[in-house]
Amino acid sequence: MKSKQITRKETVSSIREFLITALIKAAGYSAILFVGMIFLFLLLESFPALREVELSNLLSSRWYPIEDYYGVLPLIGGTLIITIGATLIALPFGVGTAIYLSEIAPRWLRETLKPLVEVLGGLPSVVLGFLGMLILSPYLRIWLDIPTGLSAFAGAILLGGIAIPTVVTVAEDALDAVPKSYRDASLAIGATEWQTIWRVTLPAARSGVLTAVMLGIGRAIGETMTVMMVTGNAPILPTGLKDLFSPVRTMTATIAAEMGEVANSSTHYHVLFLIGIILFLISLAVNVAASAVVFRQKKSQERILS
Amino acid sequence: MTMKLSARQHKQRLGFSLLTLMTFLTVIPIIGVVIYIVYLGFPAINLEFLTGFPREGMREGGILPAIIGTFYLTLGTAIFAVPLGIGSAIYLSEYAPDNRATQLIRIAIINLAGIPSVVYGLFGLGLFVLFLGFGTSILAGSLTLSIMTLPVIISTTEEALRAVPQAFRTVSMSLGATKWQTIRKIVLPQALPGILTGVILGLERAAGETAPILFTVAAFFLPSLPNSPLDATMALPYHLYVISTQVPGMPIKIQYGTALVLLVFVLSMNLIATTIRSRARAKRQW
Repeated sequence: MKSKQITRKETVSSIREFLITALIKAAGYSAILFVGMIFLFLLLESFPALREVELSNLLSSRWYPIEDYYGVLPLIGGTLIITIGATLIALPFGVGTAIYLSEIAPRWLRETLKPLVEVLGGLPSVVLGFLGMLILSPYLRIWLDIPTGLSAFAGAILLGGIAIPTVVTVAEDALDAVPKSYRDASLAIGATEWQTIWRVTLPAARSGVLTAVMLGIGRAIGETMTVMMVTGNAPILPTGLKDLFSPVRTMTATIAAEMGEVANSSTHYHVLFLIGIILFLISLAVNVAASAVVFRQKKSQERILS
Repeated sequence: MTMKLSARQHKQRLGFSLLTLMTFLTVIPIIGVVIYIVYLGFPAINLEFLTGFPREGMREGGILPAIIGTFYLTLGTAIFAVPLGIGSAIYLSEYAPDNRATQLIRIAIINLAGIPSVVYGLFGLGLFVLFLGFGTSILAGSLTLSIMTLPVIISTTEEALRAVPQAFRTVSMSLGATKWQTIRKIVLPQALPGILTGVILGLERAAGETAPILFTVAAFFLPSLPNSPLDATMALPYHLYVISTQVPGMPIKIQYGTALVLLVFVLSMNLIATTIRSRARAKRQW
């Protein structure tokens, strides 16, 4: 009698165990499902655009959907010039801050500054865009003596700021992971701390730092609200460095600004999804590349250790 | 020799000063931004602003519908993203074999984290609003935000689970507990502070995002509060966007007031998360 009870209890609990394991496994695989679904939906909704709009139109430099001009080059150019500008800011400041926090700052200062940088990462992009409109761009207009401060330059500065927390956090982790013995050995043979940082620590952490920069760039490419609010939104193809100081419009801002006003399943609607899939593929490429760097690093470490 | 040494030290001093300068040039604007918004937004804050409806084309009155809307969206995101995210993290930390399928899951999570927020908006519009017929609604917006939040919750939760020493699991199983009993009674409680931190940080991001809710839930202006998950709603980040770009002659005080309320909403979540994390680190005995 007693043993029978136990078996029943055990059966119930093993069914439960089986169900829960199945649920957990399903949750585990959900990420693949979501990426697949996102790709599928973008593909389905953007495919008609390729049928309805001529390729020469899509690859032209005129974006004027009201008259059926769907040239995406100005939008890609706008994203490119702002991303380059943002990288030029986020790379030195992000990596510099990471080196300072990891290698130079005293412990108490590091513990104070790191959460502050994380706060920057948590600021909603719409708040940064709002301040960019009200404070940054009027000053830029006066200082640089340009017709409007709402320009690629304003976007690049703010996007640089948005990318910095990502760069700092990931790069600092990478520097922190360099074994202390590396630094000790370098200092023991007479190198200064500065030489140790540049010739030993930074090279040892280079793949992590590279990943940090790539993830920061990925963050900048995908940013929407800030660029929409501060770049002036003029779809003009930038052709040189001077265009950094004129209004531009990015791919993300175009989707955000125009999707609310188009009719569902119109040509314009499908072209906006096409821009979406371009953004999706860019972020895919950046992230796969970033994780490939980390992966290769792990492999080479394993080789050294074995 | 002494000459050379001093040149090297000189270089080091110069380099260190430069890096210090760069760090402070990064950090000071952050503090500046927060102080500036508090300074200019605080005069707008009063009972009417926090509990009233917008009036006179949003140029007067309060922002209650936007506050309530953001609260509902955050709650809705939590309902979907928290169980799914924690389940996924449990799978990766406790069950997943080290094989190609698991590697694929990890790549998928990394990619989810990198997809631009406006692309999530497109996806939400295509799947939830149009294909599944939810319309522009809190349901569609919450689901869109959930998928966006998922990678943050999964990676922080997995990290918290992995930090629980293996010995805890071995002891529990050797006492006859099943794997799930071990996870539920031993691993999850030990990892709880880390999981909470991750969940709040993920929800913080959802609360502050604008692009994913643009075409899935956000309304320009609504005269009443939402009654069901299938209603559209106003939301704080979208409201700030609207009153700073779409409404001419908007009083600057209300703009900064709205920015301040959004900032307090988001930063207090950040503060709670980091406090939980540092308390747990201080108390941890393993």
